[in-house]
Amino acid sequence: MSENLVVIGNGIAGITTARHVRKRSNMQITVISAETEYFFSRTALMYVFMGHMRFSDTKPYADDFWQKNRIDLIYGKVEHIATESKTLHLLDGRTIPYDKLVIATGSKSNKFGWPGQELPGVQGLYSWQDLELMEDNTRGISRAVIVGGGLIGIEVAEMLLSRNIPVTFLVREEFYWDNILPKDEARMIGEHVRQHGVDLRLQTNLREILPDEKGRARAVVTDSDEEIACEFVALTPGVHPNIELARNSKIETGHGVLVNDFLETNIDGVYAVGDCAEIVVPGDARNRIEQLWYTGKMQGVALAKTICGERSKYERGIWYNSAKLMDIEYQTYGFVSNLPREGESSFYWEHSGARHSIRIVYDSETEKVLGFNFFGIRMRQDVCQNWIRDGKSLSFVIEHLRTANFDPEFFRRYEWEILTAYNDQYGDSLSLLGKVGLYDRLIGQK
Amino acid sequence: MDTHVLHKPQTGMRIAGLSIFFLGFLIFTSSLFVGQYQISKKTLTALSRQVPTERLVKLAPLQNRNYTSKVALLADIEKYINDDGQVQPYQLGEYKLAILKEANIGLLKENPGLFFLCSIVLAAIGALVFILAGLKMPAGIQHNHIFFNSAMSRGVLGISAAVYLIGFYVLLYWYPEYIVNLLILSDPVSDFIRNMPADRWFLYGTLYTFAVAVMGVRMFVKYRHNRYHLVRTGSVIFFQLGFAFLLPAIMERLNQPSMDLKNAWPLNYSFFMDWNLNSLTSSGGFGLFLLFWGIVLALIVVPAMTYFFGKRWYCSWVCGCGGLAETLGDPYRQLSNKSLSAWKIERWTIHSVLLFAVVMTVMQIANFLSDGNVFANYTWRVNQAYSFLIGSAFAGVVGTGFYPLMGNRVWCRFGCPLAAILGLVQKFKSRFVIVTNGGQCISCGNCSTYCEMGIDVRWYAQREQNIVRAACVGCGVCAAVCPRGVLRLENSDPAMRLNIVPDDECGL
Repeated sequence: MSENLVVIGNGIAGITTARHVRKRSNMQITVISAETEYFFSRTALMYVFMGHMRFSDTKPYADDFWQKNRIDLIYGKVEHIATESKTLHLLDGRTIPYDKLVIATGSKSNKFGWPGQELPGVQGLYSWQDLELMEDNTRGISRAVIVGGGLIGIEVAEMLLSRNIPVTFLVREEFYWDNILPKDEARMIGEHVRQHGVDLRLQTNLREILPDEKGRARAVVTDSDEEIACEFVALTPGVHPNIELARNSKIETGHGVLVNDFLETNIDGVYAVGDCAEIVVPGDARNRIEQLWYTGKMQGVALAKTICGERSKYERGIWYNSAKLMDIEYQTYGFVSNLPREGESSFYWEHSGARHSIRIVYDSETEKVLGFNFFGIRMRQDVCQNWIRDGKSLSFVIEHLRTANFDPEFFRRYEWEILTAYNDQYGDSLSLLGKVGLYDRLIGQK
Repeated sequence: MDTHVLHKPQTGMRIAGLSIFFLGFLIFTSSLFVGQYQISKKTLTALSRQVPTERLVKLAPLQNRNYTSKVALLADIEKYINDDGQVQPYQLGEYKLAILKEANIGLLKENPGLFFLCSIVLAAIGALVFILAGLKMPAGIQHNHIFFNSAMSRGVLGISAAVYLIGFYVLLYWYPEYIVNLLILSDPVSDFIRNMPADRWFLYGTLYTFAVAVMGVRMFVKYRHNRYHLVRTGSVIFFQLGFAFLLPAIMERLNQPSMDLKNAWPLNYSFFMDWNLNSLTSSGGFGLFLLFWGIVLALIVVPAMTYFFGKRWYCSWVCGCGGLAETLGDPYRQLSNKSLSAWKIERWTIHSVLLFAVVMTVMQIANFLSDGNVFANYTWRVNQAYSFLIGSAFAGVVGTGFYPLMGNRVWCRFGCPLAAILGLVQKFKSRFVIVTNGGQCISCGNCSTYCEMGIDVRWYAQREQNIVRAACVGCGVCAAVCPRGVLRLENSDPAMRLNIVPDDECGL
């Protein structure tokens, strides 16, 4: 009898683990989820609400895929993990034995103890159930308030706007998402959000949520004592690992399920992957909790190798992430911190229309590039990552920008403007290298 | 409290546009019932060129009778003109159409131009008003509410639109006498452009061109942030208006054989039919030029262009069927079936049609070169079968009528023999590829959902694999709707375009 692997959680991390174990082995694989019967793309939930897609369109694999690939699915909730007997107890009374166990239970929305945060009409957005709740909570309302200026907050704003619901967006920071983005970019995105008709309130905190006579949310009060009437409050100040299940077992937890670089927990044969895993970093540095789609996927691939006997560290390589902030696409590679760090400088260019910008962070001394932020311009991942990996200099990157462009054909190109800005700022006289396409030559685009 | 303005498309403008459109649509449809029918001496004289005299004289007893509806007159025409049952059904239909067109009297006949303005032109204006209201929305992907909208998600409105379209095509192809009123209202335009009365293909061409142009403006508004779509849409409007509509009309006006110069064999299945070859070879230099061009287009231009640019140069930039699909059909692209079984069916059907077209063409050419000695009768029958089954039923009725049910590329995906050839070139010998940008895919599914050809684009993108598929028409919508900039259409080095990820067949 082959070994029996059970994965709790059918999000991207759990599913990637299961798929890659199937590629590499003949193990018996079971994936348990209490959220949905089949794997869906969490990042696409917003599109279901907006009517761009049906829920079925968010499923990356056809329903018969799982049977074809001998991955058993269980739609149910695990109540308890008994690590001594290597058994899972389900809420419906079933018990599932395992030889190896992967915990991939994802995240939960943060709530910071605000008065009224449990009222009906107040919610976060993470799961399919949250989306269904949001459907109910937003029906026929006249205003919504969003609290917390990250990526989920802006998505919720876009979702509400699609239903013509006026939105007030409370953001604690000085600029939208400026705990991640440098000020220039944060300001640009804030303006973009405002242009979409969002009432963006920066440096504004939530004090409490007030109920109406039926006990539903009727208004929020901000820290400047302003009362804003609304029937719906979205709490989107980030997420934290969902680890209740692990916490009530012998598996060690901190903020998340504690794992080493191999994603192994303290218990032999038990692993954690994705949002819920807290990777212990020896020394004084902070442990890592990575809550991105991409890291979930990469962790899953690494863990599958380990489970199949080829013990492999999870190494995420050169960091990258992307998002779409309303109509502006965002890509980042390497390390770009919100505040300039010691020994680092950055070159920034922004188009006059405030919808396109690039930032290149480099080592002040060696001029080697360390990271990129791109807004409104698509760039090739491999080229950008190679530049960082190979320690290319700022001037090399500026001269070769053209080779990294990934915008659709016929799009307006900005390399010339960027180069000019660079030459102006640095008193240099670089020129662009690389081929200019026929169309660009025809219309005189440099 | 706040000065922040929500961007709603101006509701007033939307309602006004929609009302004007429906008024025009109503006048268009109800014009079918306008007028009475009377066969006068003048009618018979006018018909002498279209109906043989020995048949025409049989109508004498009907002279000066008044018919309030065309149904009664049609019954009488059939009874009298075909009293011996010797008229071929197709010919009989043509007679009926000609007689009805001449016999119609009343408001419509007296003011065809006014009817044209108040139906097709008015509907176009209404549609444009509705479309331009979209400029009030911020430029960006405009897919909100598509799956909540009955017209675009196979709801009652969508099914009604399909029934109307299918009904129109059935009447146009097989019962044109019932829509004779629409020919009458197109007469002034036909007269102006071609110096001859409208036939049903002129009516069809006019409606088609209006649809491509008006819905092309919709694409301009919808994709004003995306130059690829602006250029591409400009191209399909240009080729429809210039190559498919005006140029052939001018050729007719100049009394030359007429041809849509971009309509390549085998989509143009009548090119090698004997009547066409006879007409081209007997019309002097211009006819021979058309013959030469038609052959060069099919044998050299099509494969060469497809090698360099992929199928898209034709299917989503030039082709008439593609032009309609990319404009009128755009609201329905999400309805294409993405399943593996649909892909399987597609490969069977499209290559079967190609085989059918090739066999037919071989017979046509053999028949022509042998002066009718080889396959003589069979060729005619095969031509008839192909025209009916593929040319009319599949390409027209199903191809367009099913837009609101199965998406806007049913014909292109499952039937078009030219698309089959282009697809084979694209798959095996072309520079065209959709490149996937590293590991950026978040599996959201926008690309697959909005692929009109039913390609599960996400399946490739999420495993970081470039997309090389025979079906892809290169419309570029997958790249446009991708929220992470993962996809890019490119003409690259053929050796570099495939980066197949080694995997099992189930695509783990």
